[in-house]
Amino acid sequence: MRPLRNVIYIQTQNAWVHKDNDNLVMKVGDEIKARVPIHKLQGLVCFGQVSISPYLMAHCSENGVTITYLNQFGKFLARVEGPVSGNVLLRRTQHLTGADRDKSVAIARTMLSGKLYNQRAVLRRYLRDYGDQADGQAMAAELTTAEKRLSRCLNQLADCDAIDTLMGREGEAAQVYFGVFQYLIRQPDFQFDARRRRPPTDPVNALLSFCYTLLTHDCRSALETTGLDPASGFLHQLRSGRPSLALDLAEELRPMIDRFVLSLINKRQLSLKDFEEWPNGSFTLKEEPRRTLLAAWQDRKQDTLMHPWFEESVPIGMLPWTQAQILARFLRGDCDSYVPFLWK
Amino acid sequence: MEPEPIYLSRLQHYLYCPRQFALIELEDVWVENQFTAEGKVLHQRVDQPDKQKRGDIRSVRSLRLSHAALGIEGVADVVEYHIQPDGSEQPYPIEYKRGKPKQHRADEVQLCAQALCLEDMEGLLVPEGALFYGEVRRRHVVYFDATLRELTLQTIQACRDIVQSKTTPKAVYKAGKCRNCSLIEQCHPQDFTRPASVWLAQQLTEN
Repeated sequence: MRPLRNVIYIQTQNAWVHKDNDNLVMKVGDEIKARVPIHKLQGLVCFGQVSISPYLMAHCSENGVTITYLNQFGKFLARVEGPVSGNVLLRRTQHLTGADRDKSVAIARTMLSGKLYNQRAVLRRYLRDYGDQADGQAMAAELTTAEKRLSRCLNQLADCDAIDTLMGREGEAAQVYFGVFQYLIRQPDFQFDARRRRPPTDPVNALLSFCYTLLTHDCRSALETTGLDPASGFLHQLRSGRPSLALDLAEELRPMIDRFVLSLINKRQLSLKDFEEWPNGSFTLKEEPRRTLLAAWQDRKQDTLMHPWFEESVPIGMLPWTQAQILARFLRGDCDSYVPFLWK
Repeated sequence: MEPEPIYLSRLQHYLYCPRQFALIELEDVWVENQFTAEGKVLHQRVDQPDKQKRGDIRSVRSLRLSHAALGIEGVADVVEYHIQPDGSEQPYPIEYKRGKPKQHRADEVQLCAQALCLEDMEGLLVPEGALFYGEVRRRHVVYFDATLRELTLQTIQACRDIVQSKTTPKAVYKAGKCRNCSLIEQCHPQDFTRPASVWLAQQLTEN
């Protein structure tokens, strides 16, 4: 596997980031706060008021380092990118495949199979670790029921021959999964009753939303590096400005994010006071704890998982990239199906 | 319309592995490894366009070559013009390679294709040239005989077939070759030869 390079998240306000030979240098005022060799980077994500020199931008784009600007709350603002790598043939096949209803359904189905399979893995993992604890008998029974229902949804995906019915099954599975998600949270302060976004109305949902955004960014860069068009999806409908394929690809990897969020809470790396409640009832993570989260996410990306198709272990941070590659190879005719990442 | 030219340097990719050629030519896949990086450094030294004359040899570096009828083009590292007693000049192509002479004929075919271009451009016969290998630091003379010329023409045609069909050949795994290939991580010669749909169905029904 290609070595996992780092994504640097810069959230120091009024930072000035520039190039010094082959290094990235971050300054605040006259003080140098960080110096990193650029060849070790995969991406640069800036939160809020961060300035980058054009020479660093050029160097980054030549070396495949994407630069993303988000506002202080993680909302996407802009992206800096060098010339798109050619591979017009791959993109053309992708677009033609996307226009073919049956082919799109087949790809969307495999991706969602991966998602449901991995959601089930999250529940199973929890049952294995905590299922036999005395205080959890009733909980374990509910989790077992949910796990069985997920298996049923997973089997039913095979019979879906339209995007709508696939989405229906996926929605059903999400209800089952998030219906028992609260049992996986072992810190009583944190309550969760349903998945709510736009805006997230509790800290758990705020964490999920924020981390899904990070995942989608990673999927988007992985697709672009591979030469695929992140805007043209198979499951998610085309909509101007929406990275539909990045969202498609993120589906099967979301359960890894869920596990990550659960571990942040359960290991008490975050507490309720790390969140800010806004007048509209929405929650966001404060700046300092966001630093904690991003550091933990960078660590988590280094952890490896067994990729059952490649039969080798892959760092979690490389999964968007391996999956983008499988998708590209499938579209180019190397194999007869897309193969999602299955979490064993 | 003229067909898109095949680059001289790509012929050796085809002979090494047709899939490697297609990945580079059709899919813009390129990854540096130790071997390609060494080759690049070696070429940075020869790739400065330059003319020199020493005794009865005039040498030209980074000479652009093409052969319209064959649809090939590229750049020769060095072409020496050997001045004959009658004052005429005999072109003599020299290609720089890292490493040492190889079992397969990829380097010779690339050089022969340069000779074909020179013959077309200069209107005379080019009977021999040389490969300069960085590791052994010596010239290895190559005669452009009928067999090599035939192999070169066949290779050009095979490359053109891939470019026109826009299809990347399936991977064929050969341990020694694949391990030295910088594209192995992009190519996955061992993975995509398995039937993916059968494997996936099995995984999903297993509990």
